[in-house]
Amino acid sequence: MKVMLLSFLAMGVISVVAFFGLRDYAGFSAAERTTVGQNVRLD
Amino acid sequence: MPLIRYALAVLALVLLATAGVAQDALPDRTSTGGAPTLDDIMARQAQQAINDADRRANTGLPEGAATTEQLGTRGGSSDPDSWRALRFDSADITTQYNGPAAGVMIQDQGMWWVEIREGILLTWGAWLLGGTLVAVALFYLIRERIPIDGPKTGRTITRFKAAERFGHWLLAGSFILLGITGLISLFGRKVMIPLFGHESFSTIAIASKWVHNNVSWAFILALVLIFVFWVVHNLPDRTDLKWLVKGGGIFGGSHPPAKKFNAGQKFIFWSVILLGGSISASGLSLLFPFELPMFAPTFATLNDFGVPGWFGMADLPATLTPHAEMQYAQLWHAIVSLVLTAIILAHIYIGSVGMEGAYDAMGSGEVEEQWAREHHSLWVEEMTAKEAAPREGVKV
Repeated sequence: MKVMLLSFLAMGVISVVAFFGLRDYAGFSAAERTTVGQNVRLD
Repeated sequence: MPLIRYALAVLALVLLATAGVAQDALPDRTSTGGAPTLDDIMARQAQQAINDADRRANTGLPEGAATTEQLGTRGGSSDPDSWRALRFDSADITTQYNGPAAGVMIQDQGMWWVEIREGILLTWGAWLLGGTLVAVALFYLIRERIPIDGPKTGRTITRFKAAERFGHWLLAGSFILLGITGLISLFGRKVMIPLFGHESFSTIAIASKWVHNNVSWAFILALVLIFVFWVVHNLPDRTDLKWLVKGGGIFGGSHPPAKKFNAGQKFIFWSVILLGGSISASGLSLLFPFELPMFAPTFATLNDFGVPGWFGMADLPATLTPHAEMQYAQLWHAIVSLVLTAIILAHIYIGSVGMEGAYDAMGSGEVEEQWAREHHSLWVEEMTAKEAAPREGVKV
């Protein structure tokens, strides 16, 4: 039971670390990034 | 004879030429002034190929524009010309964000994906998971909980160490979370919006996306851990054949000999490793949109080996647009995940309510010796022999 809870805790830690580590990377789909409102120019 | 050969050759040429003309012939669009006709629309809805070469090419002629004051800012291109160029992805556009596919304004080639995503994927997925649950319930009604046959000894034997159980529960916990959030993403529009409404579902969907995207790393890590821990014990051998011939002893009451993992458990292990690995790969492709295209190279390799031909299919598309890559990745990710979920449902059943004593292996790590002797007799013999043997480096 302790090992199971420890693994769930580790899962939470990994998820939070992943979130803060990747949130500023523009290529990550979870990053707050949108193409709405960007300027598109027809040449 | 030569005359017949020449005649056949001429006939073949005529047929080929006719076919070519038929294929290249443009539909008469004078009634609409060149715009799509009703026949075009009906054909497109029926997923038929349309010859729209004239519309694709009709995107303006800037160099042919007269230099008069009345022309618009784009010279010889009218608004419809520009929209056609956007529609067929041939417009020369510049965007602020220079990422992959940012310049694709309209991607109507993805309608096939939407139809599968909203159609058979949901229907077949629901049948697969529902059918598995029904099969498990029926199995329970027929076979009931599989008991430990012999008298319990009261002694236990260590089945899995703490590190192994940590890897297993990290994988299990992340898989369950990913499964639930994945199902919400897949079925949410059809099932949850009618139940809870748009606003509530929006909150649930955003939370599900966060969990799905970030918990995925724990799943990938755990997958590597259990592979390292157990791959040696999951290599197929002759005992697996004997175990399979006896159906694992599920019916008939016998207990075929097995090592640390029996053939059924090996099937689960390799399903998790291979399907889980494939889900991870397609998941990474989805996590980093357009940056990790995997399907075009995979299709090219399959074509090189002639795999589509084995099934009487034409070559798979080896050049894909960025959006098509993502659409294939999403479908593959969902299909393989649904299959693995069905397998894991059966695994959860047999590891918990389906068999007496099985849960202890992953719960405390200690199993009843009689249970071990019945289900993993060769492994118990191996463990007993190891214990009896003098330890290496210790003089007797």
